[in-house]
Amino acid sequence: MSRSRAAIAWGALGVLAVLVAWELYKFLGPADGLIVGAVAGETGSGVMILPRTNDRAMPHIWDMVARLFQSASGGDTPPLIVPVVTAALTTLGIAAVGWLIGVAVGALLGLVMQRWRLAEWGLLPWIVVSQTVPLIAFAPLIASIGSQVDRAGTVPWPQWLSVAVIASYLAFFPVAVGVLRGLESPDRIHLDLMRTYAAGYWPTLFRLRLPAAVPHLLPALRLAAANAVVGAVVAEVSIGMRGGIGRMLIQLAGQGSSDPAAPWGPTFGSIALGLVAAGSVALVGLGLRNYRRGEAAV
Amino acid sequence: MSAVIAKGVGKTFGTKSGDVVALTDVELTVEPGEFVSLIGPSGCGKSTLLRLIADLDSATTGELEVFGKAARQARIDQDYGIAFQQAGLLPWRTVAGNIALPLELHGVSKKARADRVAELAALVGLDDFVDRYPDQLSGGMQQRVAIARALAEQPRLLLMDEPFGALDEMTREYLQGELARIAAETGAAVVFVTHSIPEAVFLSDRVVVMSPRPGRITDILTTGLGDARTEALRESPEYFERVTAVREALHGAPVERANER
Repeated sequence: MSRSRAAIAWGALGVLAVLVAWELYKFLGPADGLIVGAVAGETGSGVMILPRTNDRAMPHIWDMVARLFQSASGGDTPPLIVPVVTAALTTLGIAAVGWLIGVAVGALLGLVMQRWRLAEWGLLPWIVVSQTVPLIAFAPLIASIGSQVDRAGTVPWPQWLSVAVIASYLAFFPVAVGVLRGLESPDRIHLDLMRTYAAGYWPTLFRLRLPAAVPHLLPALRLAAANAVVGAVVAEVSIGMRGGIGRMLIQLAGQGSSDPAAPWGPTFGSIALGLVAAGSVALVGLGLRNYRRGEAAV
Repeated sequence: MSAVIAKGVGKTFGTKSGDVVALTDVELTVEPGEFVSLIGPSGCGKSTLLRLIADLDSATTGELEVFGKAARQARIDQDYGIAFQQAGLLPWRTVAGNIALPLELHGVSKKARADRVAELAALVGLDDFVDRYPDQLSGGMQQRVAIARALAEQPRLLLMDEPFGALDEMTREYLQGELARIAAETGAAVVFVTHSIPEAVFLSDRVVVMSPRPGRITDILTTGLGDARTEALRESPEYFERVTAVREALHGAPVERANER
C-alpha cells in the first residue's frame, strides 16, 4: 500500500516538475528567443538556440487550462473542453478497434511463430522491418484501398475503419513479440511434465503456455494500447479524417498565432486518451493477478 | 510382470564436438513394489536412465520395457508418476490445482478430482494447505505437493530424480521417512536417482551404483534392511555397514577406515 502511494507521489512530482520548468523558463528566457548567426533583414535566417517565451509561443499554464472552459470558437459555441472530450472519445473508440485488430493479428502471429520454428525464422524479421515503415507513408495507401472497397459496394468501409487498421499496424507488433516470448517462457521441467502426462499441443497451450505467457502479455497489451492511440491520431491527420482529436490538433494549431492556448486543449485531450487506454489494460491485469505470481516468487 | 526391464540400453547424444556416450549397456530389472536407487557421481547417466524410462528421451540402443510395454506406450498409458529435483509446481495454481493437474488433463470428473486431491493432501500431510499458492510454501512443502501430484493417478511406478536434492538436511531426512511410508502404503515400485549414499541406503531395497565416462552400471547392492524404515534404522550397525558397502562400491576400492590407519 505504501509502495503504491509512493508511486503516486513520485508521479505527481514528475508532472509538477514539468509545469514548474515550463513556467520557470517562460519567466527567465528571452521573449524573442536567442538566435545565432542571423542576417539582418532576412527573416528566418540563423539558428535558434533558445526558443521564444512570449505568450504566443509559450502560453501560461493557467491560460491553457482557462481556455478549456472558454467558448470553443466564439459566440454561443460550447466551452472548448466539450469538443475536446467528444473528439477524444471518437479517437478512443477508433483506437480501441485498432487495438483489438492488432491484438488479434499479433496473438495469431505469436502463436504461429511459437508452433513452427520455421515460421519464426520466416516471419520475425519481416515483423521487425514492418515497424520501420513510416506510418504516414502507407496511411494514404490504406485509405485508398478502403475507399475502393467501400465504393465497390459489397462491404462498407467507412473512413474510421482505415484509421483503425492503420492504428492496428502499430499495435500488433508488441503483441506478436510478447506472445512469442511468453509462449516460449515455460521452464523445461514444466514442458517435461506435460510430456509425461502425454498432453498434446492444445492441452499444453491452454494449461501451461498461455498462463505462463501472462506476465509477458500484459506489458505487450499496454504498449499496444499506447501505440494504437498514437497510430489513430497520426492516421487521422494523414488521411484527413474529421471528428477525431488528431484532426482537431492540426486545426487549432493552425490558428495558434491568434489563439495560442487553444491547441493545448486537444493536446491535453490526447494525453488523457493515452492514459485512459493504458489504464484500461492495467484493469485487465488486475483480473489476471494469480497468473503473475511467478514474478514475485522464485 | 516386472515394472522395468532394461536390456543392453545405451544412449548417445550427438553434440557439435562429436558423439557423447551418456549411457552404455545397462542391464536392470525393477520388480513391482521394489525401491531401487540409482547412485553415482555426476555424468554417470543416472538421470539419463531415468529420463529414458520416462520416455522423455529415447534410448539409442537396447530394449526398454515398462510393465511389459515400450517406454513410449507406458508414458501414454500413464503407468508412472514422476517428480524432479525442482518441485515444478505451476505458480498460478493452488496446491489442490497442482495436484489435480494430471487428473484434469485426463478428463477425471470434478467430484472425483476433489476426492482424490483430499486423499493425496492427507497422504503427504498438507490437508490445511490445499488453498495456498506455491510461493506461500516452503521448499519441503512444495516437494511434498510434487510427490502428491506424481501419485495422483495411482501409478504402479514412481520415478524420482533427486527430489530432495535442493532441501536442507533436516527436511530431507523427514521427507525420506515420509517417502518410505508412502511407497509402502501405495505399493508402487520406485526408481530413485540420488547422489546421497545414506539416502539411497535408507530408502532402497537395492542400490544401483553407476560410474561415468561412459555412464554404466558397475555394481548392484541389495540392502536387505527389511520393511521397517524408521529413524531407528539410521543408527543401526546394519545401516552403517550398508552405507560403507555402497561407498566402497562407488570408489571402486575398500575405503581405509579411521581405526585401521
